[in-house]
Amino acid sequence: MTDLSATAPNSAPQRGGASLIAPDARTQARNAAERRFRRLGLSAVLLGLVALVVLLASVLGNGVSAFRQTYVILPVTLEGSVLDKTGNRNPEEMKKVTTLGYGRLMQDALVAALAEKGIDTGDLKPKEIMALLSKEAPADLRDAVLADPSLIGQSVAFPAFATSRVDGYFKGRVTMESAARDANISPAQLQLADAMRAAGLIETRLNTGFLTRPDASELRPEAAGLGVAILGSAYMMLVVLVLSLPIGVAASIYLEELAPKNRWTDLIEINIANLAAVPSIVFGILALALFINIAGLPQSAPIVGGLVLTLMTLPTIIIATRASLKAVPPSIRDAALGVGASRMQTIFHHVLPLAMPGILTGTILGLARALGESAPLLLIGMVAFVRDFPAAPPAGFFDPASALPVQVYSWTQRADPAFAERASGAIIVLLVFLLSMNALAILLRRRFERRW
Amino acid sequence: MNDMRLTERAVTQTAKITARGVQVHYGTNHALKDVDVDILDKTVTAFIGPSGCGKSTFLRCLNRMNDTVASARVTGKIEMDGQDIYDPRVDPVQLRAKVGMVFQKPNPFPKSIYDNVAYGPKIHGLARGKAELDQIVETSLKKAALWNEVKDRLSAPGTGLSGGQQQRLCIARAVATSPEVLLMDEPCSALDPIATAQVEELIDELRAQFSVVIVTHSMQQAARVSQRTAFFHLGHLVEYGETGHIFTNPTDPRTEAYITGRIG
Repeated sequence: MTDLSATAPNSAPQRGGASLIAPDARTQARNAAERRFRRLGLSAVLLGLVALVVLLASVLGNGVSAFRQTYVILPVTLEGSVLDKTGNRNPEEMKKVTTLGYGRLMQDALVAALAEKGIDTGDLKPKEIMALLSKEAPADLRDAVLADPSLIGQSVAFPAFATSRVDGYFKGRVTMESAARDANISPAQLQLADAMRAAGLIETRLNTGFLTRPDASELRPEAAGLGVAILGSAYMMLVVLVLSLPIGVAASIYLEELAPKNRWTDLIEINIANLAAVPSIVFGILALALFINIAGLPQSAPIVGGLVLTLMTLPTIIIATRASLKAVPPSIRDAALGVGASRMQTIFHHVLPLAMPGILTGTILGLARALGESAPLLLIGMVAFVRDFPAAPPAGFFDPASALPVQVYSWTQRADPAFAERASGAIIVLLVFLLSMNALAILLRRRFERRW
Repeated sequence: MNDMRLTERAVTQTAKITARGVQVHYGTNHALKDVDVDILDKTVTAFIGPSGCGKSTFLRCLNRMNDTVASARVTGKIEMDGQDIYDPRVDPVQLRAKVGMVFQKPNPFPKSIYDNVAYGPKIHGLARGKAELDQIVETSLKKAALWNEVKDRLSAPGTGLSGGQQQRLCIARAVATSPEVLLMDEPCSALDPIATAQVEELIDELRAQFSVVIVTHSMQQAARVSQRTAFFHLGHLVEYGETGHIFTNPTDPRTEAYITGRIG
């Protein structure tokens, strides 16, 4: 760069006498420039790595605890006289016993268990003792009994969620000082929790429910899970893959291999490039107008989410596919045409297989971007609170569902600090999905490249 | 080969391809101007001339490979066995099965050696079964003088061969569809002298079955392998005749200047 302009007209003759061992001033300057550039590049890489490490450390530090949960291991006898008054184990009859009934049963069992272990409850009333348990716990027990009526009459050690304050106390989020100012928990209750833990009544266990349970209300963060969000995201990715890959590849093949190069195709090309840069929220408004208001598709449904993400992903896939089609050497096309292959045969027998690794990589990276997208989903109602799992496909595509990034967003909106931990946990799940998709892209790329 | 006894070569006189008044435009660039050529059957015809003179362009007209260039426009008449190959009813795919082509740079498909040769016969339905296809592959590789080198590794990738072997593989691939004319666009420009000699020997053998048209930058090569030579200059066909005549007694001063090295 600077070397050329710095050349003085009389510098050439001087070079003849210079030593080969001692570098002259110009060489030194050139080498110094190279060293400077290397240092600059290295520091840029290091800066990026540091940012990544800080990000991962913060997310992991906050979120890993979401996968572990505090449980009260409650020895409870499931009395047939309370839970199934008719005694014929008819599920319809058994459903008449509400969570209130189960709640009373659990409260009695908890008080009895504390008495049996000789734990001093102080002047805590039974209701305050019961408040150590999640409000979700009676419903969970009821679900367990309804799912397996043979449990009735048995004594079981039921792992019930502890309330998020107790969970937070064992995770260090809640302290005695904060509990003193807290309407939901008192220091006396926390002391009882300490005693119960010492007696083995409270345990911290792996919480698979974080991945399988649906979202829960503001008051029950301990019961909130990502099940509906994961399923919703999976449904949307399915819709995106099924729609955008064939449409994107077909459009790219047409534009790259078959279309005449004229003003119209130029216009289309520019528009595709522009579409790739359109802010995602604009796609959300488009989807709201087109798919929900005009086409009348249901709100919050994975099919609508999938369609809007398809619109967003298509330009990415088309650009990646066209780039990889362009990268196939023209000599291969000549060779195929030269032996008398038709255009279609040339494309499908020779060009497309060679472009496949690039197409797949582009597609998966497009999908990964769609998986992490939240803005357009907010506009089509996927931010709604959904507790019911969508049905199996294809009917489930039209059921309300949530999505992983939107779940992160809605959890960060909630007041209870326990949701902050869960939001970080959800980010970890999202990152794991993204990383595995990228790994799949690399794997497919390697595999196809080896074959060809 | 007896390079120097050029005039003694026997030449058949039946025309395989006749071109009359062929003009080619690439956009506004007039690449080929009013070319009249008769390409004889079972003869090696060499096209010589400096770079950019239109010899490759004309070669690509003969199997309509110029169709793939969007800006190319071909006018005039090219007939093969009395049929106009630019007739709108002609399917270029069928034409290219009859007029094979070998390119300047060896361009085997990134597939096995077997699949490279078998691809043409497969898509044209030339073999009724696996055994027949095997036979076609073997004869084609033998015709291209490659069989002995690759017969034990037919499933190895064609791209793993040496440059000269790759070019002979491309010749085998072109021969496999049993073409009537074989077009070669500087087939030896990327090869070393030994591989070049092998390919040249091959061209001489192929003459028994096909009419071969070869574009070359090497006048020695044209003199060695061809019976007839056409000299192109700036888009014009300057002189066309028997190779011996062109090299020993050219009528046009431009031809003489080129073969003696004064232009080009």
